[in-house]
Amino acid sequence: MSTPSLLQGASRDASTLFAGPLAWTEDLTVRFGRRTVLDRVNVAVQPGEVVTLIGPNGAGKTTLVRAVLGLVAPDGGRVLRRPNLRVGYMPQRLSVDRTLPLTVRRFLALWRPVTADKVEAALEEAGVTRLADSAVQTISGGEMQRVLLARALLGEPDLLVLDEPDQAVDVHGQAELFNRIAQVRQRRGCGVLLVSHDLHTVMARTDRVICLNSHVCCSGRPEDVSRHPEYHALFGGHARDLAVYVHHHDHAHAEDGKVVHDHDGDCCHG
Amino acid sequence: MDEFVIRALLAGGGIALLAGPLGSFVVWRRMAYFGDTLAHSALLGVTLGFLLGVNPMIGVMVVCVTLALALVALQRRRNLAADTLLGILSHGSLSLGLVALAFLETLRVDLMAYLFGDILSVTDGDLMAIYGGGAVALTGLALLWRRLLAVTVDEDLARVEGMSVDALRLAFMLLIALVIAIAMKIVGILLITSLLIIPAASARRFARTPEGMAVLASVLGILAVIAGLLASLNWDLPGGPSVVVAAAALFLLGSLVPVRR
Repeated sequence: MSTPSLLQGASRDASTLFAGPLAWTEDLTVRFGRRTVLDRVNVAVQPGEVVTLIGPNGAGKTTLVRAVLGLVAPDGGRVLRRPNLRVGYMPQRLSVDRTLPLTVRRFLALWRPVTADKVEAALEEAGVTRLADSAVQTISGGEMQRVLLARALLGEPDLLVLDEPDQAVDVHGQAELFNRIAQVRQRRGCGVLLVSHDLHTVMARTDRVICLNSHVCCSGRPEDVSRHPEYHALFGGHARDLAVYVHHHDHAHAEDGKVVHDHDGDCCHG
Repeated sequence: MDEFVIRALLAGGGIALLAGPLGSFVVWRRMAYFGDTLAHSALLGVTLGFLLGVNPMIGVMVVCVTLALALVALQRRRNLAADTLLGILSHGSLSLGLVALAFLETLRVDLMAYLFGDILSVTDGDLMAIYGGGAVALTGLALLWRRLLAVTVDEDLARVEGMSVDALRLAFMLLIALVIAIAMKIVGILLITSLLIIPAASARRFARTPEGMAVLASVLGILAVIAGLLASLNWDLPGGPSVVVAAAALFLLGSLVPVRR
């Protein structure tokens, strides 16, 4: 990771002058009722870094993202951000009520005062210029994802946060979206925090993978994680067949979600 | 034309003008039943106003806002669906209003006028309330317009962008309460919601932007007021219901018109 130069910093925001992560958690704990969804989770996103969260259904990936966004309040620990950090959020899906007449162009202009030129530029960067005058209710799931990317870019984010596109987006569409996000990262130098079920799609474009199952199971560079036994158990044999994969652990979970080790383990617990 | 007819047209037109944009939001946010519930509680506000010796409109505002806040608090519990809660509050508060009114034996209150409106007896004071309150409500709506649209599209996104979603929702409820307070006299508390949603629903098919829908809803609402009032005068029909029938007829007509997309 390179520290941003003063010149860059001057043209952007004071927040880029700070060293250290864009956003991070300290022992973040979230409970829904009696269930501990996140158990003392420590994650950080550095400037320019792409961090991918993987893990089974119910692992707390979306909850972690929502906590980083400030949409879920922690029951323990903290979520911290650089001062004046600009976050661009791309939700999993977005459906606009059919009663609301709204074009894509207009949708993009709702979130902050923006000039028409900036809207055009964002449409182009996300590759959805031809959809500008379509009603938001008529575009496909994949197109909506790119419109949501354009929306996030309009806020000139330091950190782009996105939940995995849902099943409405096919694998090809997802790969294209992630390519685009990788380009955006290159061009703008923003950090990216993303959630994925499918590591194959994001593997080549990720700097760091965090394997989550309420707690951080393991984390590291994708090639290291992909050699990790736990990763193989998670994704190796059943690539993209998410419904049937078995989540093998080097440890067991006690009733309350606490980790019970059954061997020394080489799994690095965050 | 008689003076009372002109006043009726001005009052109804003012309400319809305001109901266009606000009613569009009620439609977009799927809050028709919510509006109905607030309107039904207005009778209780009127009674309270009489009891405490303050303007009934103020009583209506207070009761509507209290009810809106109670609803928000009740919804947090999540063990009853929103429409069930609305049903309880709507009919509970309407009945409470009727019962409380019955206690005011010494006072002669024209109940029918509050339930169904009495547009032909509009006074200059009513007109001032409509245009004063309407100007306040329209200004507020214009100032909050973009943010209210953003919250309507997606509350999470609005929150991440730093908008105070709860404050915006409360402001919207206040605007509805204000409209109910000033529109009560015209169409009555049982019919207020129809003036909010019918013109907006009629406008939807022809609109390509939120603003287009709001403006067209106002125009259709004003047309309904004019048609309804003329019918009421010609054939000696009740004013408020005639206006609503005219609005519903416009909706039906509109849905027959082919729209090319």
